[in-house]
Amino acid sequence: MIGRGRATRIMLVVWAVLIMLFLFVPIAIIILYAFNPSNVQSWSLDGLSTKWFSSTWHNAEMRQALWLSVRAGLFSTAIAMALGSMAAFAVHRFRFFGREAVSFLLVLPIALPGIITGMALNSFISFNGVNFSLITIVIGHATFCIVTVYNNVLARLRRTQSSLVEASMDLGADGWQTFRFVTWPMIATALVAGGLLAFALSFDEIVVTTFTAGTQSTLPIWIFGNIRLGQQLPQVNVVVLFVILLSVIPVTLAQRLTRDTGVLRAGTPVAPAAPAATQAGAAA
Amino acid sequence: MGVLPMVRNKIDWALGAVLALMVLGASACGSSSSSSSSSGAKLPTSVGAGEGQLNLVAWEGYAQPEWVKPYEAATGCKVHAKYAGSSDEMVALMRQGGSGYDMVSASGDASLRLIRGGEVTPMNVELVPEWKNFIPQLQSPPHNTVEGKHYGISLQWGPNTLLYNTQSVKPAPTSWAEIYNGKYKGRVTVPDNPIQIADAALYLSKTQPSLGITDPYELDESQLNAAVALLKQQRPQIKKYWSLASDEIELFKNGDAVIGAAWPYQYSTLIADHAPVQQTIPSQGATGWADTWMLSSHAQHPNCAYKWVNWVSSPKVQAEQAISYGETPVNTKACSYMEKIQKGSCEVYHANAPAAYFDSIKFWKTPVKECGNGKNDCMDYSAWQQKWTEITS
Amino acid sequence: MASNALAAGSARTRASAALFRRPWLRATLLLSAPGAWFVLIYLAALVLLFVSALWSVESFTGKLEHTWTLENFETLVKVPAYRTVALRTIGIAAAVTVTDALLAVPFAFYAARVAPRRVSSFLFVAVLIPLWSSYLVRVFAWRLILAHDGILNWTLEEVGFGSVNIGYSNWAMWIVFSYIWLPFMILPVWAAIERVPSSYLEASADLGARGWRTFRSVLFPLIVPGIAAGAIFTFSLTLGDFITPTLVGGAGSQLIGNVVYQNVGVANNIPFAAAFAVVPVIVMGLFLLLARRLGAFEAL
Repeated sequence: MIGRGRATRIMLVVWAVLIMLFLFVPIAIIILYAFNPSNVQSWSLDGLSTKWFSSTWHNAEMRQALWLSVRAGLFSTAIAMALGSMAAFAVHRFRFFGREAVSFLLVLPIALPGIITGMALNSFISFNGVNFSLITIVIGHATFCIVTVYNNVLARLRRTQSSLVEASMDLGADGWQTFRFVTWPMIATALVAGGLLAFALSFDEIVVTTFTAGTQSTLPIWIFGNIRLGQQLPQVNVVVLFVILLSVIPVTLAQRLTRDTGVLRAGTPVAPAAPAATQAGAAA
Repeated sequence: MGVLPMVRNKIDWALGAVLALMVLGASACGSSSSSSSSSGAKLPTSVGAGEGQLNLVAWEGYAQPEWVKPYEAATGCKVHAKYAGSSDEMVALMRQGGSGYDMVSASGDASLRLIRGGEVTPMNVELVPEWKNFIPQLQSPPHNTVEGKHYGISLQWGPNTLLYNTQSVKPAPTSWAEIYNGKYKGRVTVPDNPIQIADAALYLSKTQPSLGITDPYELDESQLNAAVALLKQQRPQIKKYWSLASDEIELFKNGDAVIGAAWPYQYSTLIADHAPVQQTIPSQGATGWADTWMLSSHAQHPNCAYKWVNWVSSPKVQAEQAISYGETPVNTKACSYMEKIQKGSCEVYHANAPAAYFDSIKFWKTPVKECGNGKNDCMDYSAWQQKWTEITS
Repeated sequence: MASNALAAGSARTRASAALFRRPWLRATLLLSAPGAWFVLIYLAALVLLFVSALWSVESFTGKLEHTWTLENFETLVKVPAYRTVALRTIGIAAAVTVTDALLAVPFAFYAARVAPRRVSSFLFVAVLIPLWSSYLVRVFAWRLILAHDGILNWTLEEVGFGSVNIGYSNWAMWIVFSYIWLPFMILPVWAAIERVPSSYLEASADLGARGWRTFRSVLFPLIVPGIAAGAIFTFSLTLGDFITPTLVGGAGSQLIGNVVYQNVGVANNIPFAAAFAVVPVIVMGLFLLLARRLGAFEAL
């Protein structure tokens, strides 16, 4: 069996360490340069300074941007959780013709380049004479966040047995009771996991947001503005340092909830051979 | 399973209905909103109370805390600046209907496009007392004043310079030839901007007089092709076409580029970081910019906007911005304030230079078909944009 | 009161029973909200966008001219620069996808099958963390690594390997894209490897297959759908990106995303941008078909 030989094992461990270095060296650099005394990023550092921490904390624009990102993330996640789980419930039991179409449609905003979604929404919004605001940001974000919730909830529903629901109804429970005491406990963690991922996507999104934010800055837009201006560059690193520290909470939570699952899809099909299932897997 | 066809019919029907509604809705909205009104509105005669906010589209370095913070404190107008790296980007931002920008710091190659497109509206210079103290050339320049209407208030001006690393580039360059001749292969950087073609045209106008280029923004087809050929030949020497000011700063700081076309902003930032750089205006002369704060025709905060142009045209702020960015103020009264901030700066930044200096700079303007020679055979800006894509991609 | 409650209760029961018995009604009701959202907002916007590819723009004022024309598509085909850009984009997207698959498979195999449980949990968190830290800033950090006087060259010189000149180039783009999208490849591959029953691998070993043979003939075919799912992310995300080329690309690193962005965000030529955007849509469509095939092969 593979992975049992000593040499293979050592090679795999070395490989995993290298991948970890590849993933984390840039992040280490980001953290290191939060202490950069200069505002120009160059190797190596001419000393260390903590001056950017207080200036970042007092930066009103940064606070506004952070707050806007948090609000946009929460609203889009809420919409995504509602619409995504509705779609998953509608689809999971039947193999009606629109099922594939629904999966395909929902995944489209992620499978198509963000710039297309952004551009399309931008012309559509200005076409309708709507002003850009938090609402337009949320519209953009929710559109591509729905699929994460949908996939997570759908995968969980497929793994649960419909006989439980039938049993509940047979025993006289009404729809609400069945939902509350049978279905909900089964899907809750998947819903939260999908929601967390939706929030992460929304919080870090820049391409679509560029086209739907108008004059407002979300955190990524503020970061991009600072990168291009370059005058308070280390402030960007300070903010990202804190975001990374805070992200340990949701990431650990996600790990607990979806140990057995994947990124945008909680462990897709149970039955790997079902054609429809593989198709959904491919479309995701 | 008998339900399936029924479901299909129903959903088909629903989808069809929704699609039809959507198309109707889209076309209805299209016809109603496409007629954007060109402003026939009257000029304001006084500046009212501030609206509490001001959204700017600005060049990097044009909304520095140094003068934005005191403005906010004095007027209660909270400034929100979006930076744009090229005139084209500024125009695009202003054209997005409903995007909410009040003012734009347009250069001469953007201002006329904004005026013709109806994106900006005339301003009343009577409400800007300092306007009388501007240098005469920039009180009512053709790039922002059309048929006697002032579409904005001039701000600052200056040349695009040749920036170089003093350790790697010896002797000190005196000609734009250094970025074309291959001496610094792979270590040159120029802006990612179609207007860069004018730099090549300016260089050719001096080095190949037979082409007959008199104005680098008015090129007929053969002249444009000559400039494009020069730029295509330059491309292998380019490390990166920079699109953000910080791109060029890092390229110089980290040794990737040693020579290139720049704005004084990059020079100031690099000097502040103790990088070994110098800038110069080569013997062929330079292109340059003369910027104008223009008021959007959809501005939600016009009073704050008037307060802003008054603020930035005051001698003190003019002096602060000139020194911070490294450009020349339009207000002739700024000189003494510049001396107070930094001795000798008035002369360094040409605030007291004779008119001949102003005339030596070829200011950015939008290339149009109707060129000065009356032949209407010049290549317009869309041709420049297309050529630029060919050069850089 | 009591009878009211009873009536209400039975009405509710009847309603839910009715819904339970008529799944199509329930499906339609449930689908109405997400369906309306997608059709009225997203699809309407897309349709509008691609319709505008058939319009043109007045060059000076930038106003849309609503006359039907194929001019944009003609330009697209005629000007060789656009073909170069399209081919470069597809090439880089493919290179990134292959690189990420090569990096991810051994790692995911280790994480899913070899590593002790605690290490595995740690690795899972470690792969997810980068997804939460700003994409922009992570790309930006690479400038410092790959620059002429950057960390990579500094390290190479310390070890005595001389220096490389890959900052601001297509090499830089390839490395950074592979870096940025790697977690999107690792996670589906990981899930796929985890789902392969141990008994398959044991059976293969019992039948005398060595490690490599088992990998090639048993494990790999079973995880192809996972790789295909990851490839959809790495490929489509590269295909549409314009920020990484702006930040770490060099002269001649323009991708489709950059040209589209320039046309919409800079030149304000939405019709042409829309016309060029058709290219990644077609490429992505073909790619999705291929990915589906790969999944279908596995099912047989």
